[in-house]
Amino acid sequence: MLEINNLQASVEGKSILKGLDLKVGNGEVHAIMGPNGSGKSTLAQVLAGRDTFQVEGGSVSWDGQDLLAMPAEERARAGLFLAFQYPVEIPGVSNAYFLKAAVNAVRRHRQLPEFDAFDFLARVKAEMKAVGMSEEFLYRSVNEGFSGGEKKRNEMLQMSLLEPKLAILDETDSGLDIDALKIVAEGVNRLRSPERSLIVITHYQRLLDYIVPDQVHVLSKGRIVRSGGRELALELEEHGYGWIGDTGEVPRAPAGAAS
Amino acid sequence: MSAIDIWVRDFHARAGQLPGAQLPWLAGLRQRAIERFADEGWPTRRRENWAHTSLAFMEGQTFDAPDTSADAASEVATEHPATTLARLRADNAEPGHWLVFVGGRHAPTLSAIGTLPAGATLSSLADALAQKADGTASAVEQAFGSSDDGDSPAALNAALAADGAYLRLARGVAVEEPIHLVFIADGTETTRHLRNLVIAEAGAQATLVEHYPDGGANTGENPGATLTTAVTRIEAGADARITHLKLQQEAEQAIHLATLDVRQGRGSVFASHSLSFGARLARNDIRTRFDGEGGEVLLNGLYHVDGRRHVDHHTLIDHATPRCSSREFYRGLIDGNARGVFAGRIVVAQDAQRSDAMQRCDNLLLSRQAEADARPELEIYADDVKCAHGATVGQIDDDSLFYLRSRGLDEVRARNLLTYAFAAEALARIELPALRRRARAALLARLPGADALSELLEEVL
Ligand SMILES: Nc1ncnc2c1ncn2[C@@H]1O[C@H](COP(=O)(O)OP(=O)(O)O)[C@@H](O)[C@H]1O
Ligand SMILES: [Mg+2]
Repeated sequence: MLEINNLQASVEGKSILKGLDLKVGNGEVHAIMGPNGSGKSTLAQVLAGRDTFQVEGGSVSWDGQDLLAMPAEERARAGLFLAFQYPVEIPGVSNAYFLKAAVNAVRRHRQLPEFDAFDFLARVKAEMKAVGMSEEFLYRSVNEGFSGGEKKRNEMLQMSLLEPKLAILDETDSGLDIDALKIVAEGVNRLRSPERSLIVITHYQRLLDYIVPDQVHVLSKGRIVRSGGRELALELEEHGYGWIGDTGEVPRAPAGAAS
Repeated sequence: MSAIDIWVRDFHARAGQLPGAQLPWLAGLRQRAIERFADEGWPTRRRENWAHTSLAFMEGQTFDAPDTSADAASEVATEHPATTLARLRADNAEPGHWLVFVGGRHAPTLSAIGTLPAGATLSSLADALAQKADGTASAVEQAFGSSDDGDSPAALNAALAADGAYLRLARGVAVEEPIHLVFIADGTETTRHLRNLVIAEAGAQATLVEHYPDGGANTGENPGATLTTAVTRIEAGADARITHLKLQQEAEQAIHLATLDVRQGRGSVFASHSLSFGARLARNDIRTRFDGEGGEVLLNGLYHVDGRRHVDHHTLIDHATPRCSSREFYRGLIDGNARGVFAGRIVVAQDAQRSDAMQRCDNLLLSRQAEADARPELEIYADDVKCAHGATVGQIDDDSLFYLRSRGLDEVRARNLLTYAFAAEALARIELPALRRRARAALLARLPGADALSELLEEVL
């Protein structure tokens, strides 16, 4: 259970999140939509522990813990996973080493035995197949020279290997063709379980054709301005974000827009 | 003291006993070299190519033997080199040829040269100078160089070099296994001057490792200063393929002044990997000249300095002939108050059309006081050439650091991994897996958190 109360965050003195409230229960999938620059990635990064963003106020509790007090790596070990909108290239570190280090860091924390090389390889190869990545990507440097779609698949691979309790996908669907999109959706749907929570940030509602969210939220200018069921996504699809208005105050949806 | 006249006096005291003292050409060369050194003195900042590295302090630098009792010292001298070597050989199980030097002199009992193909000669320089056979005598004379080569430290080396390796490969001869030249410091001799000569005739092939391992000797609580000068000269004949890997891991108070001087014949392929991890001050002058068309060179370098240490690489690639290609990649890790200097000169002669040169130097600063200088110097007189260069100085990338932490790696480990990864790109250019592994072990020995890293980086996957 994730509970965000009145979260305010800034970067370089510029206020971005301006009092954001959100509750995500166990087993739930929430979609967050909103125009570019509304603060979606900022929210994702603040939740993951990026300290270039200053938390100015508010609180985040996660399964009773004060999430904001934990360093990024502890959040990850405790089961938080962020699929980056822009996965980072790390020349010189092979994807295989990276994946193994990540998986074993989490397993150590859960007091599970670390994988040995052989077991790890078997496991990772099976998951690669599921996300449609060829094994060659194990031996390349992390994300280096990967296409946009390959980077996103690599994020999905990490997610399925790490089996997070709370996964946040930041526009993982952007720039993907329909087949890749289905793979992302499958990954998310496989992860769905009563003890896991998922936050899917997306710009388009088409991902939500494959991932049926419990709730949809609209983020505008650093606040959740509207929440609803999945029909809200369709409404946004039809009318765009323009109707949210410049002030961030949201008019009622035009009559007849909701199905 | 190492004031100039002390070196000159030292030279006159020793000249008669130096190997090859009976050879008139060598006696003359040495005499001219010491005169040149006396005339020029140690390079200061005012001298071209020494703007970032002054050796003026050498005037007042002493190289006293460590203050140990005669017994203890002789024990150090007899025991440590063998232990050092045993460690090295244990880490290098692959077959190879070992030519070992202790305190600047060939140590036959520690050396182990395997079976070499016919046409390959590997010996100490002192032995080669003692050879009466005409072929050898004139080959050594030709390859030795002159008193005018390089800057004044190279002249001092020409005057005083007492030993080194001599490798000669006749036409088409390939030595498969790496040839390890190991220069072990000795507890009593604090200065050494080494000269290595490599003559590879047309089509010959060899891989040489020039290794200055971390001490054994002279690493007590207050290690005194030591001086190594080393000049390695390589003649790569037409279509020869020579790889030279230098691993410099000298002790903390060492001063290391080295030159690598290469001549490349038509179609030859030469690779230099210069790994500089030790010494208080290390200066490497690396030069190659294309004497025929179609040659290729790789100058690959990696350095790590911390504390108040200083490392300087000055390279020169002389595209004197058409259609040659050069690739140069230097990477530096600079920590503490240390300083890393790189100056890469590329000269393309007027008629060296279709030359293809590429140079990069990238530095990673690991502390706020660390300092890097990276300077390309391109002199291009031909018009049909490809020439690219770039230099960067930066810190650990924040985005990468966060990405790793977001996957559960703690910050220290993430930093160490990124530091290692930065350097690993240089190691990846070392072709032979055994040498690459060795270079990696040497790098990890310098970086913090190596245990956690090496477990992570095991090549099992
Ligand atoms: N590191 C940063 N430095 C300065 N401004 C930033 C930084 N990151 C985000 N911003 C700004 O914060 C706002 C929200 O950005 P972001 O959270 O990335 O939006 P979204 O993901 O919804 O498109 C934008 O105006 C963006 O320019
Ligand atoms: Mg975004």
